[in-house]
Amino acid sequence: MTTLDNSLANYEHDDAAELAAARQAHIVSIATPIATAVALVALWEIGVRVFGVPSYIAPTPSAVATTLVTEFPQLMRNFWPTFYESVLGFIVGNLAAVLIAVAFVHSRMVERAFFPIAVFINTIPILAIAPVLVLIFGAGLTAKVVIAALICFFPTLVNMVRGLQSVSPQTLELAQILSASKSEVFWKIRLPSSLPFLFSALKIAATTCVIGAIVGEWVGADLGLGALILDATFNFRAALLYATVFLSSGLSVLLFAAVSITERLVVRW
Amino acid sequence: MPAASLRNAWVKFGQFTAIQDISLDIEAGAFYSILGPSGCGKSTLLRLVSDLIPAASGEVSVFGKTTEAARLAREFAFVFQDATLLPWRSALKNVELPLEMGRSRSIELPVSDKTPMELLELVGLKGREDALPHELSGGMRQRVAIARALVCKPRLLLMDEPFGALDEMTRDHLNLQLLKVWQETGVTILFVTHSIPEAVFLGQKVLMLKSHPGRLHEIVDIDLPYPRAIAQRETPEFTRYSAYLRQQLEAC
Repeated sequence: MTTLDNSLANYEHDDAAELAAARQAHIVSIATPIATAVALVALWEIGVRVFGVPSYIAPTPSAVATTLVTEFPQLMRNFWPTFYESVLGFIVGNLAAVLIAVAFVHSRMVERAFFPIAVFINTIPILAIAPVLVLIFGAGLTAKVVIAALICFFPTLVNMVRGLQSVSPQTLELAQILSASKSEVFWKIRLPSSLPFLFSALKIAATTCVIGAIVGEWVGADLGLGALILDATFNFRAALLYATVFLSSGLSVLLFAAVSITERLVVRW
Repeated sequence: MPAASLRNAWVKFGQFTAIQDISLDIEAGAFYSILGPSGCGKSTLLRLVSDLIPAASGEVSVFGKTTEAARLAREFAFVFQDATLLPWRSALKNVELPLEMGRSRSIELPVSDKTPMELLELVGLKGREDALPHELSGGMRQRVAIARALVCKPRLLLMDEPFGALDEMTRDHLNLQLLKVWQETGVTILFVTHSIPEAVFLGQKVLMLKSHPGRLHEIVDIDLPYPRAIAQRETPEFTRYSAYLRQQLEAC
């Protein structure tokens, strides 16, 4: 009896210890990257001060933080155009990629004709093609949307084609036995099968579309984070430049998080 | 009328002969096990009957109809080795899939007198209807596939090594459950397997095929009473059938 009690007590003890260990592991896994980031920022602050780096070359993190607050209205004024360009580019580029992927899967002929062209377009550096697009579409919103769309296009095309083809031969045999029509196979089997692949691509696109918008703004824009980056650089306003860079990365994180949350809601399997 | 009837049926893949001159009547309501060495065309035979592949020559009919007409009328259903469930659909939604497909043909589909929910209950999955396939074990997934196969009230059930990937205990359990389903629904079953004990345990008849090229070797009647119980596998009769089939298989 005593032995049994002992072993029971041991079990309970083990359970509690296990829970505590799990909690600790969880805290450590969150705390480690945060602590590292804080340490690096501190190192940066100390480094700039100790070595007396001029503030127009490298500002202290505290100066960047101050700028983020004082220049907030100006930053926001430049944030929204970039936000719209990125999101519109994301929508246009991915929509085009999905539709073309559907056409590719539907017809081998179309794929054979257009896939090499898609690959070719993808090999052109975005920085090289951006001026061409600004020449064609002018300095307005359109050129930036097109550039952002272009940068999203290829990864989504490739992933979506793979996704639509990811249906197992047996599942297709099942559809055949059920006398399913082509459109039933597409809507009920192929499209849902492709969603995990599509979301992998959308996560890539969520960050690259911001790059596209900013590159577009570099080539010609009065407003936008890209324009502000150039402006701050040429006026030696290093703190503003850094603040803008952080805001750009914040925009990417925002879009990435939005896609990730949507994925979790849609792809539950 | 036989459930399925083959007359001098040949199947060729290019130069390769997969099935050579099989003539055979499948008795309605019976349980057939199909046994044979690999490459003997067991799966091909099921795919021929289910209109997935055409016969190079000869005739195949299912309940007196062409295989295509039988497919459109949902005379048969197929259970694959893999459960082939759609991973984004719940167990119940997977069972309902056949009711949503093939609608464009404007044919009145036969529907089981059991609801999809009752079919899940029949295969012992009551309470798991909302589970997604990845939340179910391999055996449970295969049971969902069986319920799905029954939803349009087929008169012929084609099963291609459905329990081949499962462990011994699960397989025993599902064998019993399948016999229960067979007795309750009166469906004709063609059951492909690699396992001699499984073939003897389930079938009223064992169709033995020979390989290279695939052709009919022998039809062995299994005179063991139903309902069958796992313990029957220890009886001398059972062992005799197994030994005989093993001998024949080695000769193939």
